[in-house]
Amino acid sequence: MFDDSRPIFLQLAERIADDILRGRYAEGEQVPSTNELSAHLRINPATAGKALGLLVDRGILIKRRGIGMFVAEGAKAEIAAERKQDFVRDFVQPLLAEARALGLEVGELSRLIEAEASGVDPNSAPTPSTETEITP
Amino acid sequence: MKYAIETNGLTRVHGSTRALDGVTVQIAANTITGLLGRNGAGKTTFMSLATAQDRPTGGTVEVFGRPPFEHAAVLEQLCFIRDNQRYPDDYKLKHALRAAKIFYPNWDQNLADELVSLFRIPEKTVVKKFSRGQFSALGIVLGLASRAPITFFDEPYLGLDATARGYFYDVLLSDYQKHPRTIVISTHLIDEMDRLLERVVILDQGRVVRDADVEDLRGAAHQVTGRAAAVKEYLAERTVLSQQRVGGLATAVVDGAIGAEDRAAAEIADLDLSAVSLQQLVAAYGFDAADSIHQDETSVPEVALATSEGANS
Repeated sequence: MFDDSRPIFLQLAERIADDILRGRYAEGEQVPSTNELSAHLRINPATAGKALGLLVDRGILIKRRGIGMFVAEGAKAEIAAERKQDFVRDFVQPLLAEARALGLEVGELSRLIEAEASGVDPNSAPTPSTETEITP
Repeated sequence: MKYAIETNGLTRVHGSTRALDGVTVQIAANTITGLLGRNGAGKTTFMSLATAQDRPTGGTVEVFGRPPFEHAAVLEQLCFIRDNQRYPDDYKLKHALRAAKIFYPNWDQNLADELVSLFRIPEKTVVKKFSRGQFSALGIVLGLASRAPITFFDEPYLGLDATARGYFYDVLLSDYQKHPRTIVISTHLIDEMDRLLERVVILDQGRVVRDADVEDLRGAAHQVTGRAAAVKEYLAERTVLSQQRVGGLATAVVDGAIGAEDRAAAEIADLDLSAVSLQQLVAAYGFDAADSIHQDETSVPEVALATSEGANS
């Protein structure tokens, strides 16, 4: 669930941001409290509090005194914008490194990505239209 | 910052052994602090001195700003659960609970009853005949239900199965949330318990080697693995905490987070870098070069050696 490479509060903040990005918490909706996160994830409450505090500082969560933490309006777009900046480093570069190790050309790699995106198995017959006709 | 416990040059000598050797630490109030280190590092000695069950040879210890010795007002705020607590021969569960109720001013009987049934502690067996796990569970009940402003648990999990340990972590966190107080725990189950902690003090041979927020130690060191010659070169300008060499391969734990420069150097030299867990870090600090059975003359001298398997657990 958490790895040893970075502080847990950073990993937890990222997970909550992830949940917002994927719509698990809608904008305006309440997120779990420090104590709930602490109990649920079996982590020190100070760690859970730090994760929420970080998201408040970044304007992703809003603190309503005595009530709890809520997802800010526009939080989703904000997170998406941040993640796009990291996309090349986190996903494209590792992908290219692995492709190089496997001896895959960039052109071949693009074809694999396009095929995957259109839901077609690139190893199957080159005429995808016939696939729908296969019946048991 | 308000400190629950402050020591200055705290030292305890037993014969020729310096069980505690000039320990200066501050333990913040209302935190869960882990006391980590190998057996004999001084963890139990530290707890004994802070609870006035032993006297220092040198240095000072203050609890809530006062020396714990002969201050009843300080002593009744402390609860020390030893891993080898002795009970009178005829004591059963109810006797232990009754004594604790008299002794601890904040004692919570409802919590005690709840925990007794949670941990399935037998009522009819004399405590002396308890299994190791039942014995530990009794300690946990006394420690938590005491609600003492400072509670010390010395390896509280011995003999507990995984389910019971999980119960302990859950009740510790939930009761700490409801009644914030200072909790000091010594443990060797670091991979399992590090996330419960806020602060850690790592002891080795009676001295403090690290005193930090547990979150600051996560990712604060890394492990390098690869061909021995390449590892040796990588270590040349880095702070090595431990090193191990087996045949032509070597592994070392290096102080510092993995930076872009480290990555580049590792890539060129075909080395693998990985994060180390707090458990691996503590092992690295506790390792004596003399313990190494694989050390040879080509190893970097004077470095300790320790790696636990599974770099990326």
